[in-house]
Amino acid sequence: MSNRRHFLKNASLLTLGAVLPFESVFAASKLTVGVIYVGARGDYGYNQAQAQAANVIKTLPNVKVVEEENVPETIAVQKSMEAMIEQDGATLIFATSFGYFDPHVLKMAAKYPNVRFAHCGGLWKQGNPSNITSYFGYIDECQYLNGVVAGHMSKSKKLGFVAAKPIPQVLRNINAFTLGAQSVDPSITTHVIFTGDWSMPVKEAESANSLVDQGCDVLTCHVDGPKVVIETAEKRGAMSCGYHASQAALAPKGYLTGAEWDWATPYKELVAGAQTGKPQPNVLRGGLKEGFVKMSAYGAKVTPDARQNADGVKAKMMSGEFVIFKGPIKDNKGGVVVADGTTHIQTDYTLESMNYLVSGVVGQI
Amino acid sequence: MRPNASSARLMLGALPALPTVCALVGTLLLFWLFLLLQGAPALEAIGLIFQGAFGSSFAWQSTLLRASPLMLTALCVALPAQVGLIVIGGEGALALGGLAAAVVPQCLPAGTPWLIATPLMAVAGMLAGGIWIGAIGALRQWRGVNETISSLLMSYIAIALFKHLVEGPLRDPASLNKPSTLPVPDAMTIGSLPGLEVHWGLLWGVLACIAAWVFVRHSTKGFAMRVVGGSNRAARLVGLPVGMLALAACSMGGAAAGLAGMFEVAAVQGSANASLLAGYGYSGILVAFAARQNPLAVVLCAVLIGGIEASGSLLQRRLDLPDATTLVLQGLLFANLLAWEALGGRIVAWRVKLQALAVTEVPVQLQKTHA
Repeated sequence: MSNRRHFLKNASLLTLGAVLPFESVFAASKLTVGVIYVGARGDYGYNQAQAQAANVIKTLPNVKVVEEENVPETIAVQKSMEAMIEQDGATLIFATSFGYFDPHVLKMAAKYPNVRFAHCGGLWKQGNPSNITSYFGYIDECQYLNGVVAGHMSKSKKLGFVAAKPIPQVLRNINAFTLGAQSVDPSITTHVIFTGDWSMPVKEAESANSLVDQGCDVLTCHVDGPKVVIETAEKRGAMSCGYHASQAALAPKGYLTGAEWDWATPYKELVAGAQTGKPQPNVLRGGLKEGFVKMSAYGAKVTPDARQNADGVKAKMMSGEFVIFKGPIKDNKGGVVVADGTTHIQTDYTLESMNYLVSGVVGQI
Repeated sequence: MRPNASSARLMLGALPALPTVCALVGTLLLFWLFLLLQGAPALEAIGLIFQGAFGSSFAWQSTLLRASPLMLTALCVALPAQVGLIVIGGEGALALGGLAAAVVPQCLPAGTPWLIATPLMAVAGMLAGGIWIGAIGALRQWRGVNETISSLLMSYIAIALFKHLVEGPLRDPASLNKPSTLPVPDAMTIGSLPGLEVHWGLLWGVLACIAAWVFVRHSTKGFAMRVVGGSNRAARLVGLPVGMLALAACSMGGAAAGLAGMFEVAAVQGSANASLLAGYGYSGILVAFAARQNPLAVVLCAVLIGGIEASGSLLQRRLDLPDATTLVLQGLLFANLLAWEALGGRIVAWRVKLQALAVTEVPVQLQKTHA
């Protein structure tokens, strides 16, 4: 009797299983993550660095990633975020472009309080919606190391820097790069050209050529896609240091090393937080020590001296005892910008409004 | 089979749309082939394009939001086209219009009601855009400078000027890493249409297109413009003020683009910054050509292009197709539109034939509709 009852029960359960959408019930526990890029994922630069982290979280269990590239900083990005939430069920969204924050991420975060918005750029402040996490890295540490290596390798003692806009983040990188090089040889100068915008391939090529013509023998840059600068340097026989992602493949002869983002660290932390449901931070920042940034492997050309020096500084950075912006520092007009005895550690907010080029930088804001 | 008079009239009415319809069908076929060659699920992709553009109320709102600036920037091409000028510098007019609009609230005393401030912002935007594109018309009429080239170059100058001002004298000191003008006060921003998530720019875009159409088709000045567009010499011969008409057409077009910039600032961005330069001015060229420079058709074509752009989002997320897919679609559409324009001569012949058929019954009405 009981057997038959069991059989009936099991049979009915089996058919139920076939009929009911158990799969979608289980799928609901799967975390859907949306990632939005302002440019192409394969740009050898800013967007590729983000896409690499997206590829890492794709391999995590119970994570589904939906992506959209070339989304401009207009109403389009608001609609993309909404579509990911409404149509794909995303509950964690990485809005990776700096310009997405105000007003787009702010608006969407207020509208969808149950969705976590991760924005790259470190812009969250008190009073902004609490479901935003602002992640960013202290990449000037890597630019300093780029400078150390460049300082060792340069023969002309003239370095070239192709930069987008004279904004604090970019100035901080130019200054860190220069200070790194000057730590090797104080007579080194960095020649800067501002192109005016984040993605100006033609101007970037012209600038790189012009810098080589002026005698610069190591180039680096801060633009969205360093591809053009690195390729131009290689073509002209100059050396180069990368930025954002590794461009080693583009310049097998001249690529020395590079300053790379390691976004997988904050991405994984936020995904884990979303899966376990623990409270998420509003600000997530770090440098080499925290694994938010990393260096490209040294190119074959880099001498043992340079490696040893750079590795030494890197070890100090990892242990937290190294300060890049340590007085006395003069700007390139002769004024003192960091007084003797003053040190600005990485978390110091005064660094975020940097408006000067250090002594030894040839160029003006 | 000979069509009777009434169906001849119907066909006569549909005739101007024939190249566009052919272009649409041709585009879809070529796009389908392209997807097949790429090994992408072609039918599914085309289905997703419709779904992403017009498949739900969410899709419609997304489409309409993207379409509204395009209507205004398309007028910046379609209006000068009435006097036979091809102006492609709408992006610059949009930037300067947006910048002018963003500056207005700073000049007003605090607490100015939006009822005064918002129209002033619109006027400032339209003036800036109007003067900029008007200058292109003036250069053309009085200095003989090719307007297509000069409008593009003037657009570059406008964008450079825009960036200089936003990153320099007009920069909000608090905008550190994304240089912007001071934010527009909340009270002066523009919200959504009631019951929709689409801002008021859509309504004004549609109204501007209708107004432009009425002006071009049903006013003496508009007629005079089209005479200039048909033949500059003939217009001079009958004593029309050709220079002034060209100047007016360009200024009105520029004002429309400037208004688009104002809505981007007041309804979307909240301040003027580089995010304003999203290519609306350039997409407007495509819209205007797709509409064959008819201001009323601009509304439809803007919705079509807005829809294609909206659907790109779904294509990327569902099929993992690159964003360039919708660019290919837009490119095919543009190439098809130009290619099917070649039907022009045939269409004139068909029109004459159909007119002859239709005229046998109601000649008066016909003359009125096809003046």
